[in-house]
Amino acid sequence: MSDKKQTTKKGVSRRNVIKGVAAGAAIVATGPALFNIAKADGHAIKIGMPVPLTGPYGKESQEQARCAQIAVDQFNAAGGMGGRMAELLPRDTKLKAGEAATRTLELIEKDGADFICGSLSASVQLAINAVTKERKKIFMSISQSDGINEAKHFSRYTFHEAMNPHMTAGAVGRYVFPRNKKRVAFLIADYAYGHEMARGFKRAGEAAGIEVVAEVKHPLATKDFSTFLPQIQAARPDVLCLCNFGYDQLNSLKQSSNFGMKEQMLMVAPALLYSQRLSGGADPYEGVIGGTNYHWTLENSIASSKAFNDAYRKSNNGMPPSDYGGYGFSGVASLLKAVKAAGSTDTDAVITALEGLKYDNYKGGQRYRGCDHQSVQDVHIIASKSKKDMANDYDLFDILHTDSANEGVLRTCDELSKLT
Amino acid sequence: MANISLELLALQTFTGLALGSVFVLLGIGLSLIFGLLTVVNFAHGAFYMLGAYAGVFLIGLTGNFWLTLALVPVVVGCIGLGVERFLVRPLYGRGIDYPLLLTFGLGLVLVELVRITYGLDGVPFDTPKELRGATDLGFGFFPTYRIFIIGITALIVTALWLFIEKTSFGLVIRSGARDPEIVRVLGTDISKVWLIVFAIGTGVAGLAGVLSAPMRSVIPDMGTTVLVEAFVVTVVGGMGSLVGAVVAGLLVGVVVSITSLVAPELSDLSMFVLMALVLLIRPQGLFGKKGLMG
Repeated sequence: MSDKKQTTKKGVSRRNVIKGVAAGAAIVATGPALFNIAKADGHAIKIGMPVPLTGPYGKESQEQARCAQIAVDQFNAAGGMGGRMAELLPRDTKLKAGEAATRTLELIEKDGADFICGSLSASVQLAINAVTKERKKIFMSISQSDGINEAKHFSRYTFHEAMNPHMTAGAVGRYVFPRNKKRVAFLIADYAYGHEMARGFKRAGEAAGIEVVAEVKHPLATKDFSTFLPQIQAARPDVLCLCNFGYDQLNSLKQSSNFGMKEQMLMVAPALLYSQRLSGGADPYEGVIGGTNYHWTLENSIASSKAFNDAYRKSNNGMPPSDYGGYGFSGVASLLKAVKAAGSTDTDAVITALEGLKYDNYKGGQRYRGCDHQSVQDVHIIASKSKKDMANDYDLFDILHTDSANEGVLRTCDELSKLT
Repeated sequence: MANISLELLALQTFTGLALGSVFVLLGIGLSLIFGLLTVVNFAHGAFYMLGAYAGVFLIGLTGNFWLTLALVPVVVGCIGLGVERFLVRPLYGRGIDYPLLLTFGLGLVLVELVRITYGLDGVPFDTPKELRGATDLGFGFFPTYRIFIIGITALIVTALWLFIEKTSFGLVIRSGARDPEIVRVLGTDISKVWLIVFAIGTGVAGLAGVLSAPMRSVIPDMGTTVLVEAFVVTVVGGMGSLVGAVVAGLLVGVVVSITSLVAPELSDLSMFVLMALVLLIRPQGLFGKKGLMG
């Protein structure tokens, strides 16, 4: 036997390895065909999830996929829709618009996804939205964006579970500015989301009569902020609005605390991120005020939060879920609730069901507004705790105030319809 | 921005010099290894990142920032020793692109190893208590920690200069850089010299990493942009020139800083414009020798 001669020390022959690889490749190649058969049988309800699993927002989107899976598992455990089970298909967008559009198209065409839910970054979201709009599939968006609500991008297939910068920056501004914080400086990441946050703050500021004393735009993914800070200090603001995200937020905070700026002014961020605070540590964030959709301590007053946290803790060593994880869970949970209500995966029927849905997935009552399918929901104003005030490793924020779910915090339907 | 006062301009220039000293620290290790070994070390950013993570590990172990600061360059330098001895050394004499490709791959491996060990997300690293807050410079307040970095950079540069220019071992290094053949003929073990130079270069990169940890987020990818910045500094200063790295680092810092004041959106771009200009006028860099790459 020639095979024996080639057998390696571990007892695996080269030929067998090659055979195995070939068989694996064949399975991968025929995989999509198998999925199509499943679709034809009308069994699984497929939710495609294009999210940036790798890259700078990898942590956030892996968390979103984990939480979305919990929603799917709960749906299935409850018997699905008349015995039809749901299935989650996560795909990596690599945080690139083109990649996301391709993956979405594949999910719809090859994998037979019934719905699409996902993605971080405003531009990637819009790329996916363009595909789903054209293919007449529902897209449940779970990251922040103002653009997606505007008539230019909106379609009846578009739903927005996440909050938008107008809501969050507005809520933070309305909380902070009237408390004698009139001189305001902006540090803005120079891209769509950064500009949208700054605009949200300024809208809220008009009512409070703020004076903009400095406005500095920094390139996306800046590592050293030191050169932007002296001009902000020189303007002597009462409050500095950090209109940036992810590591930009952490780096700018770390460095401005080094400049002693936290003693001179109040730092605020429209989306104060749970995972960034966790990886940045308590010190740089101490006292920073921001907005959020969710903090796990809401479980003390809200039953659905407790249920969501407990389900997450069970599969994650007792750790509570994050704010962005909440979006992932809720986006998929809403889709599945609507499927159940409609008794079908038919796009039009599910749209009607979603439009009429009053839901409480994880943070209290929510609903999708008719004109732009924006989820109307509570916005929480939080402050980052100091190390000594933390009850445990995950007790990161104090909830200072809650703007309860109402349309008043959104742009009017009339305004949005004009943004073509 | 609207009214740029003289004080602000002074503070901005000083900020630029401080940022420049960070660039010097980033660039110097790369420049040293290239100038003396003609190895373009693409794993430089990864060693920088290793420095930060070694810092995280050691501060967790010792709880002492100063001890950590002293140990990190030693630890990273030792890793550098191993890399030179077992990976880079077999490639000497095979042309400049062999070690370049090797270190490029090594950089990817190191980043991936740290990802496996510490995860994708960052780890916290606090500014040491003694160096927190800001110091009054007369024309404005400046972070004490950044002033400390200027001091450390000055110390490292001086020490390196003295070591290379004033010690007999430095003499061997310099002659080895000029003509390794002759040095070998004279009975000196040149491979030992290269080993040590490589270790010093990586050690300084590691030191830069741990020094950056309180300012920048500690994530596995943190070395990527640093590699680019270090290259800009090295290219502007002239590949292999210690003086060049210092002058270029400070120059790049000031250019970025002043651009941030006038047109902040373009600050990233400014260092590359500077590099392009220098390359157009002096292709070998400000202090570089002609034909090193040939």
